[in-house]
Amino acid sequence: MKHDLIIEAIDVVKHFGDGGNWLSKSPVVQAVDGVSLQVRRGETFAIVGESGCGKSTLARVLMRLLSPTSGSVLFDGKEVSTTTGAALQSLRREMQFIFQDPFSSLNPRMTVGKLVGEPLEVHAPELSAQQRREKVADLLRKVGLRAEYAGRYPHEFSGGQRQRIGIARALASGPRLIIGDEPVSALDVSVQAQVINLLGDLSRDMGLTLVVIAHDLGVIRHMSDRVAVMYLGRIVESGTTEEVYTSPRHPYTKALLASIPTMGGKQGDRKATVLGEMPSPSAPPSGCRFHTRCPYAQAKCKTDAPALQGAGTDDHQVACHFWETIPNEAVIAETPQKTEAVEARFALYRNATDGGTVTHLLNQSTKRN
Amino acid sequence: MQLGDENSADSGTLLALSDLVLRFKGHKNDVLDGVSLTVKRGEVVCVVGESGCGKSVTAMALMDLLPAGSATISSGNLDACGLNLDLTSTCLPSEMRGNRIAMIFQEPMSSLNPSFTIGDQIGEAVLRHKGGTRTQALDRAQEMLQRVGIANPEQRLSEYPHQLSGGMRQRVMIAMALANDPEILIADEPTTALDVTIQAQILDLIRDLRDETGMGTIMITHDLGVVAEIADTVAVMYGGQVVEQGAVGEIFNNPQHPYTIGLMSAMPRLDNPVGRLAIVPGTVPTIANMPQGCRFRTRCVFATQACAERPKLSQIAPEHDVACHYAPLEVNVSVAI
Ligand SMILES: Nc1ncnc2c1ncn2[C@@H]1O[C@H](COP(=O)(O)OP(=O)(O)OP(=O)(O)O)[C@@H](O)[C@H]1O
Ligand SMILES: Nc1ncnc2c1ncn2[C@@H]1O[C@H](COP(=O)(O)OP(=O)(O)OP(=O)(O)O)[C@@H](O)[C@H]1O
Ligand code: SF4
Ligand SMILES: [Mg+2]
Ligand SMILES: [Mg+2]
Repeated sequence: MKHDLIIEAIDVVKHFGDGGNWLSKSPVVQAVDGVSLQVRRGETFAIVGESGCGKSTLARVLMRLLSPTSGSVLFDGKEVSTTTGAALQSLRREMQFIFQDPFSSLNPRMTVGKLVGEPLEVHAPELSAQQRREKVADLLRKVGLRAEYAGRYPHEFSGGQRQRIGIARALASGPRLIIGDEPVSALDVSVQAQVINLLGDLSRDMGLTLVVIAHDLGVIRHMSDRVAVMYLGRIVESGTTEEVYTSPRHPYTKALLASIPTMGGKQGDRKATVLGEMPSPSAPPSGCRFHTRCPYAQAKCKTDAPALQGAGTDDHQVACHFWETIPNEAVIAETPQKTEAVEARFALYRNATDGGTVTHLLNQSTKRN
Repeated sequence: MQLGDENSADSGTLLALSDLVLRFKGHKNDVLDGVSLTVKRGEVVCVVGESGCGKSVTAMALMDLLPAGSATISSGNLDACGLNLDLTSTCLPSEMRGNRIAMIFQEPMSSLNPSFTIGDQIGEAVLRHKGGTRTQALDRAQEMLQRVGIANPEQRLSEYPHQLSGGMRQRVMIAMALANDPEILIADEPTTALDVTIQAQILDLIRDLRDETGMGTIMITHDLGVVAEIADTVAVMYGGQVVEQGAVGEIFNNPQHPYTIGLMSAMPRLDNPVGRLAIVPGTVPTIANMPQGCRFRTRCVFATQACAERPKLSQIAPEHDVACHYAPLEVNVSVAI
């Protein structure tokens, strides 16, 4: 089936360092080592994996903030990995970045109005100062901030509000693709939920495509349509989020999902725990890069690198020699059924936060304690 | 945690902190507004809450590790290690620290000294409290590294912190904290900076040690998943108050406080995702803007005038206390949409 792709990576490799010379050896870091992926227009595509597996590097290559060592990146079907000058400028308008850290990614000496207006000066120079101010107010409202905030500085805002400012800034140039590198990781759960909802609303209402990088598998499950799981610079499994979560086929994906402490499972009944830590990307293991930690590894895994291959359905791909012989079982514990009273309590909470009218049946003189 | 019991002479109780009220110098509002915690032998108590709610300050205050003169304590009592201390005038004797009560800090890197080897640092902790020879101390250090699952412990002894990965450094911290067989371990976000696969290993380790030694643990975290995975009892904090506490099953299967319910609703789930996440509106107020009474009331969708009066933390079910005027909500509140 042919899909309408907005961005595509073909065998992208990004290595850092030159290996040094005969006097001093500095190892080559194989941050991204042969990644191909396809992002469809309008979807939310997630990249997940542990620290150091190459997620940010891949995102920066897609964004053309880094050029790949080899391989290509196609945006709207056109090669962009070597784009420069005016073409790069217009590419920048089409895709925008949201950073993890809302604290360090905003210039503390610029007002919010200036921060959000700056991309407009570059990408829409035809606007008058007045039109620009109106556009900034518009963008602020869109991300749930008051237009009056334009005159304030970033330090006057909370983490969640700063992330909204970052999002407004990203939206200013009217992009079609937004790449978020851990856009909600620095936020507390209650505020994180607000920003996740906002990104969902924006992508739906504005027809945006989102590429989201995260290490929180709950966030990914909630936000994304499809997901790619990375391990040491390579994609080990990809597919619809639903399928990858309910029927993970790569031993690493299984271990990752099983490692997450959930509110559902019983204590200490984890199904699979991977031992040890991720090897260094400057000396990745031979063959399948996961073989040093894989409970199913066999001799072949040490020598042959498995390619991504179809795993049953259309979309589901896995890079493991033995995926067909490894038992296909669910690893995520289901949340236990709530009692009626608790169910009612959660419903009250949701309805009240959705704007429902709250009536207190308890009169004050009889309230608890 | 001993619930609804002011007097914790119970033989199984290792530590009882009651009614801690603390204010930082130069502030007009208390950061901790009457915090009580109890830890029994072999129990893991998780303190959960969002950034800034006072989790670390509570731990630092009971360990007497806040910068000298930075805060005033206007109320508070600590029962631990056979001592009964009035925290307004006395503090935990320093020889208890690192010996009978050990702590793992939120930032492992800043609490290991970069210029000493791992062996020297664990050995020094052993010598300070247990005495003995340097060789005995190093033997103990090696044994501890083995216990926390570090491969080649003998070689690691002579390495420096920067030569270890984050997960290994965190284990070294745990090894150091446990080297003197403490009765109580206070662990401040011990896994927050780690990947989930490493986190799972550390949680298993803490559980094993608890089973082996009967150590009582206070574990501070903001991750409800971690709480569900390891806690026996849970204290939910908001704005320097414990708003709900109880047995882990009670907290997760029968949450009562609007804040606890909000947190659980806001958490994206791994199983059956919902359309839109429910949220907790607004953000945590700064200490200066913290309301009196129920401190959650400026963000609570059920708040009324009555909430300006502080709700008492009181029992709602066996092993379960909550501080909300309107709990249980399904009985006391209705919502029309
Ligand atoms: N500019 C650089 N020079 C050298 N090495 C780099 C550079 N940028 C990244 N690396 C290395 O490449 C590897 C992949 O890094 P990357 O930041 O892409 O990982 P990540 O998956 O985003 O991790 P995290 O979850 O910690 O953000 C790491 O080993 C990192 O140290
Ligand atoms: N030395 C200090 N002087 C003044 N205020 C302080 C000091 N230490 C902490 N605070 C304030 O006390 C409050 C509670 O901080 P604390 O570190 O206990 O939060 P926490 O619950 O541990 O949060 P986190 O999850 O971010 O670690 C915060 O508002 C913090 O800014
Ligand atoms: S006491 Fe009032 S403000 Fe506090 S949680 Fe209950 S309803 Fe909300
Ligand atoms: Mg990254
Ligand atoms: Mg803290």
